[in-house]
Amino acid sequence: MATFTNRKYIFSKGIDQYFIGVKSAYSFVALFFKEAFKRPFHFREVLNQSFEVGLKSLPLITLTGFIVGVVFTKQSRPSLEDFGAASWLPSLIGIAIVRALGPLVTALICAGKVGSSIGAELGSMKVSEQIDAMEVSAINPFKYLVVTRVLATTITIPVLAMYCSCVGLYGSYVNVHAEETTSLVTFYQSAFSSISFLDIFTSVAKAIIYGFTIGIVGAYKGFNATQGTRGVGKAANQAVVLSMFLIFLEELVIVQVANWIRYF
Amino acid sequence: MEELKNHIINYNEAVISISGLYKSFGDLDVLKGIDFELFKGENVAILGKSGTGKSVLIKIIIGLLKPDKGEVIVLGKHVDKLERKELDTLRLRIGFSFQNSALYDSMNVYQNLAFPLTMNIKNLSKNQVKNEVEEVLEAVGLEDKINQLPSDLSGGQRKRIGIARTLILKPEIMLYDEPTSGLDPVTSEEIIELINDVQEKYNTSSIIITHDLTCAKNTGNRTAMLLDGRFFKIGTFDEVFDTEDEQVKGFYNYNFIQ
Ligand SMILES: Nc1ncnc2c1ncn2[C@@H]1O[C@H](COP(=O)(O)OP(=O)(O)OP(=O)(O)O)[C@@H](O)[C@H]1O
Ligand SMILES: [Mg+2]
Repeated sequence: MATFTNRKYIFSKGIDQYFIGVKSAYSFVALFFKEAFKRPFHFREVLNQSFEVGLKSLPLITLTGFIVGVVFTKQSRPSLEDFGAASWLPSLIGIAIVRALGPLVTALICAGKVGSSIGAELGSMKVSEQIDAMEVSAINPFKYLVVTRVLATTITIPVLAMYCSCVGLYGSYVNVHAEETTSLVTFYQSAFSSISFLDIFTSVAKAIIYGFTIGIVGAYKGFNATQGTRGVGKAANQAVVLSMFLIFLEELVIVQVANWIRYF
Repeated sequence: MEELKNHIINYNEAVISISGLYKSFGDLDVLKGIDFELFKGENVAILGKSGTGKSVLIKIIIGLLKPDKGEVIVLGKHVDKLERKELDTLRLRIGFSFQNSALYDSMNVYQNLAFPLTMNIKNLSKNQVKNEVEEVLEAVGLEDKINQLPSDLSGGQRKRIGIARTLILKPEIMLYDEPTSGLDPVTSEEIIELINDVQEKYNTSSIIITHDLTCAKNTGNRTAMLLDGRFFKIGTFDEVFDTEDEQVKGFYNYNFIQ
């Protein structure tokens, strides 16, 4: 009977599955853009999820941002002093933190904290049929669970990245202040003097893209979890690995694009 | 009790009618030619061994799975051909109680019950929601659990909250997936009573999936035996088991060995 014929592979099992995976990920992202702009909008749930994202990662981001600022300053000072350029320290730190470290550190921390928890949460809802339960109660689970979470990470992570940059600069200031007497205001002024509008713009744009990546990857992995409890762990794990990988890839592309814009 | 139930059944009006239904997963053929009708106001118990595709059948009825072949008409609509919006409208008229209850584990009992209501009916006042929730909680006899989390409930209580969550939208059709599995005989008896109460109070038509013969006998106006991807027989409980078929007899003997 036609319906019961075995499916033949086009290339091999592995290659076929890879392309099927790419296609399903693509449809998932496409579905997000389709559903995100359609009523009903679950504003309340977006707000709840944003608080979740923020509260979950704030302590860790504060700590890490501060340490990155201190360490980076400590490491850069000797080389700059060798060239007699110690006065450039704040500018260098400002560029490094605002352009690169702030968004990247935030994204990596959120991939670990937020991405994994979205993957695990949706994964466990999937394998315990809670997602099906929404479906049969005429509630669109994609809208209620996926769209809200992806919007939340896309909105919240840029804010966290800006915050992380500020904390990083403060950490740097603490280190600078221990060696020489600069006021906080002077430090921030000279740090920001070398930063252009384009820097801040790219930094925010980057963080928006990272935020979207973390949300959509976590949701995709969770939503497609299978195989009971093992599947939940797998979804959480893959959400972290894949989103970190994509974040580095995106970093590479965005830096290239930003450099083109800068020099043309 | 049978008579009392029977007089509200309308055997001229089918609320679900299925013909020539096939479904397979990869190489595994699960449903192989299902023909079935559920009439207005009746309870049909579907019996079958584990893994014969009972859950798959009702998931096709509610549109969670798509049939490979065949016609599935529910309340006059071809389920597999509906747009999302129409499907949602149809789903509001059907209650689906999951085998594992599938309660939202991040929400307490009140929120679990209020969720389908507030998401589907706009502009309900807090009081209206509260009244509706209290009404269904009373129907399942668990008013005192209103603020508990699903993880703090027993299996039987979870099943009853699961049923309450579907009742809150006042469905015309109820689909119960193994409502009594894994429960002690006393709790099973309570669930059986609940299913019969629901039929009378809300005037629903129901499919009750089970491998518990007591449940089938006491809830079903008719019984259907699913064997090897097809219905072996559909009729009264005694008709179905009045047979020489080894598998069916085995099923019967196994259940009543206690
Ligand atoms: N989504 C799915 N993907 C692949 N196979 C599936 C899927 N759903 C069900 N199956 C398979 O279909 C068969 C029937 O499953 P189903 O859940 O309907 O059994 P059941 O009759 O409800 O059994 P039980 O009494 O144990 O609940 C099983 O062999 C199962 O492995
Ligand atoms: Mg089942």
